[in-house]
Parts: sequence; structure tokens; C-alpha cells
Amino acid sequence: MTMPISHPRPTPPGLRGWLLAPEPKGTLHALLQQFYQGWLKFREHPLGVVGLVVILILIVTAAAAPLLTQYDPVAQNMAIRLAPPSWEHLLGTDNFGRDVFSRIIYGARTTLDIIILVTIIVAPIGLLIGTCSGYFGGIVDEVLMRITDIFLSFPGLVLALGFAAALGPGITNAIIAISLTAWPPIARLARAETLSLRQMDYIAAVRLQGASSGAIILRHILPMCIPSVIVRVTLNMAGIILTAAGLGFLGLGAQPPWPEWGAMAATGREFMLDSPWVIAAPGLAIAAVSLAFNLVGDALRDVLDPRGGE
Amino acid sequence: MIDVENLTIRFGPRSPLVVKGVSFSVERGKSFGLVGESGCGKSTVLRAISGLNRNYGGRISLDGKPLEPERSKAFFRDVQMVFQDPYGSLHPRKTVRSQLIEPLRNQNLPIKENAVADVLKAVGLDPSLGYRFPHQLSGGQRQRVAIARALILDPPVLLLDEPTSALDVSVQAEILNLLADLQKERGLTYLLVSHDMAVIAHLCSRVAIMNGGEIVEETGIDQIRSGHVQHPYSQRLLSASRAYGKQEMRPAEIMSSA
Repeated sequence: MTMPISHPRPTPPGLRGWLLAPEPKGTLHALLQQFYQGWLKFREHPLGVVGLVVILILIVTAAAAPLLTQYDPVAQNMAIRLAPPSWEHLLGTDNFGRDVFSRIIYGARTTLDIIILVTIIVAPIGLLIGTCSGYFGGIVDEVLMRITDIFLSFPGLVLALGFAAALGPGITNAIIAISLTAWPPIARLARAETLSLRQMDYIAAVRLQGASSGAIILRHILPMCIPSVIVRVTLNMAGIILTAAGLGFLGLGAQPPWPEWGAMAATGREFMLDSPWVIAAPGLAIAAVSLAFNLVGDALRDVLDPRGGE
Repeated sequence: MIDVENLTIRFGPRSPLVVKGVSFSVERGKSFGLVGESGCGKSTVLRAISGLNRNYGGRISLDGKPLEPERSKAFFRDVQMVFQDPYGSLHPRKTVRSQLIEPLRNQNLPIKENAVADVLKAVGLDPSLGYRFPHQLSGGQRQRVAIARALILDPPVLLLDEPTSALDVSVQAEILNLLADLQKERGLTYLLVSHDMAVIAHLCSRVAIMNGGEIVEETGIDQIRSGHVQHPYSQRLLSASRAYGKQEMRPAEIMSSA
């Protein structure tokens, strides 16, 4: 048997070749190449890919909800109350005769709403407070970090409960309550990153160009903090989903009849022994999505780790 | 071009002086070397001149005009710095091109279409490298990019903080030749900090030898080459640097030959 002689691999043609070309031709090209390199690394984590598939299913489900089910998630039909799973009602019906499957499908929208809104509230606040605190130091750092400490000193769920109760029940208030509890760890993380970044020569070089502090933070420090913040937010997402479900379970989240997985689990609790599908379906949905975010977060940590590879 | 008078620096209000009254002048279009062992305060002097460290005593003037510790934005168009470690001085998540445009943006200067290509060519790099990230470049290429970033504002003065010590020997020579060529073409004034006598001798015409936060001797490069230095520390430093890498000189002999 002869050993195959290894030739230098020719650049593959087509899109892959373009993505792997050694000389990027433009800024967009360079960014897409970076992204593709990241994807190649991400692909090496099978569990991460599973998690990503689950999240994609969640997104598709939320987007295409009306196409996936013929039933109105809030339409009641007392005649078929607590019907077991069948071909007509894939996951059975609940105590008001509503189709559980379509409530899960529409509940995905609520969950996705919460995820997106919490992320776009929490990440910028945490990043801004953390990077300012770390970059300016001194009194600015003291004030911002003591405020962060106050928020951190309460357990997240208890604080969210307090805020949700004070603001009144409802999905918007639940999102605000969750966001108020979710930003401090992000701020802490961004501050720690900034503390080490501001010593770097490339930040000194920008200071020697006469850049303002704002420009340095926004254009040079923030982009370096974003990868670890993405990882942190993804890993925290499981907790956020569970907190949202917990608020829903306690009646402080989405209000009936609007489908929300936590609230659905709460109603299902009463009929758990006779009609387990009413609680099992939302419970499994919550578990699957939380797990998926954790798996993706773990894989992203390896991909985006600034110490890995580069 | 640069005049430093009685420069004192301490880190923290009650800590001892790190730089104890250093004075020297750099002529326009010439290279001035600051040499000394690690920790003698030479880089600290450079950071004070650059404006990175504002807590200093004494006077620093540029072109005859005394400078405020808080440097003006215009100052940075006159004085730029090249750092020691090209692995730490380039932003890891920005393309070469965007790092080179950044100085122009920060100084609110117009960004000409071929500014980046021109400056890359000036430092001997192919303009097609513009869209690479720093981790896709070699150490020597990175240092060239760092030099290009300093040059894009067209400053008359460059502060060089051990610009070759993080590179391997063959690349060191390339970078030193590049710096020498750039100086000839553009009439730049260099203030070079190094612990390496050979590097200093290659570029500089005048040299100040620092020890323990003080300049012990300022002399011409010919005196360094011929070994005619006065101060005992300068003699020790010179003989140690000559003996470096030679088998027959043992540390004890270096000490006794001084």
C-alpha cells in the first residue's frame, strides 16, 4: 500500500474558496471570512450544533406560527375539555378545551419576544456601564460598581418578582423586571475585560492619536468585550427563560388567555395526574429551549474565546 | 526638536522617584538613543514625552515650545510612537486598513482614497494586505503596520520604544533598515529607546546612557563604537554588550574588565 503524497491543498472554488481566500478584497469580505472561520470552529461542537438547531426551530416556529397550526390558541371549546393527545389535537387540549399544540407554537413567540427584548436591553446597558466603569476608574468606577452591587445582592428571581409585583403583572413589565436583574453580571464582565484592555498598547496607540475617551470606549474597547458578553448572555438565557416562566407560573408574566409556557405549566399543575400532557408539553418546551441556549453558549465560548487560536 | 529639562517622574504621590531629573535635547532630523538596562526608566521617559503619562515634573518642549502635561490634539500630529510588541500594539479585531484610517479619523482629517495603500507601500508592505486582521500577519509585518500607523499622520517626530526587541534577529535588521530609510526620505527625528547597543549604534548619532533613573553620560556614537566612554557604568554596559554571545568572556571577566 502506498502512502498518498500530500499536495498543498488548492483553494477550493466557489463560495467556499471565496470565504477561504488568503487575501480578502474588502471589509465585508474580511468580516464574512472571520464569520466563516468561526462557523468552522463552531461546527466542531456537535452539541452546540444541536442547540443551534433547536433555537432555529424556535425562531421558525415563532415566525410561522399561523401556518403550523389550524387552531386559534385562545379559542375555547368546553366540549373537548382536557382531551388526550390525538391526531386532531397533537398534544391534547387544556382545561378550557384549547389546543395545547397551538398554544405551545404561539408560546414560542412570547418566549422569543422575551429573549430578544431582554438581550437588546441588557447587553448595551451592561456593556456601557461596565466599560465606562473599567475605563475611567476612580470615582466613576466606585459609583457604578456600588449600584451594580446593590442589584447583584438580591437573588435574580426574587428581585424580578419584586419588580414585576410593583410594576403590575404583564409581559412588558416582566421583561423590564428580568432586564433589571440581568444586566449586573454583564456589567461586571465588561468591566473586568476593560480593566485588562486599557493597559494594552493598542489602546495607548489610539490615545496617542488624540482620540476622545468616548471614541476609545465605543470603537476600540467595546468590540473587544462583545464576544464574551455574547457568550455570557447566551449562557444566562436559560436562566432568563426560566425566570420568565417562573413569573408566568406565578401569574406575573403574560396574562391569560395569551399563551405563555410558564403560565401554561401553572394551569397544567392542577390536572397533572389525570391529564399530564397539559403540563408536560410546556415543561418540555422550556427545558429544551433553556438547554439549547446552554449548549450553544458552551460552544460559542470555545469559538469566541480571545485566548483560543489567534 | 525635543528638549527635556530636569524631567522627574514618580508613580504615586509618596513613592520614590523613578526618573530623577533627566535632561537632554534631540536635534531636528537626527536620531537620539536612550540606552540602559531593564528598569532604568528609559521607557518611562518616553511615555512621559509621548503624553501617555501626564504626571511628571520638569519641562518638555517641542520645537522650542513648552508642552502642557495634558497634550493638545495637534501635538499628536507632530509626535507619534511605535511600541515594542507588535503583537500587543495592533487591535486584534480590526483590519489593517481600519487601524490605519483610525488616526485620520481621530484627527478629523480627510481620508484620501489611496492613503492606506500609500503608507503600506512606504513601509514595504503590499497594499493587498489591507483587509487582513493582525493575526493573519507575521511579527515583522505587524511591526511594519505599526510603523505605518504612526506615519499616516506624517509626524516629524517618531518615538521608538524598543521597536525591534520583540522580533527575531533577521526581521530586526529589516525593520532597522526600514526605519533608517524612512528617516532619510522624510527627514524624521527619532527618539529611540533600547537596551541593545547594536540597535542604537545602527540608527543613532547621539546616545544617552541611563542608569537608575538618571542619565550618567551623553555622548556621540563614535565614542560608543570606539569604546571611549567616561563613566564607569557606561564602560561596564559597553563591555557587557560586546561580550554578549561570546563564549570566552565569563561574567566575572566582564566585571573585572570594566
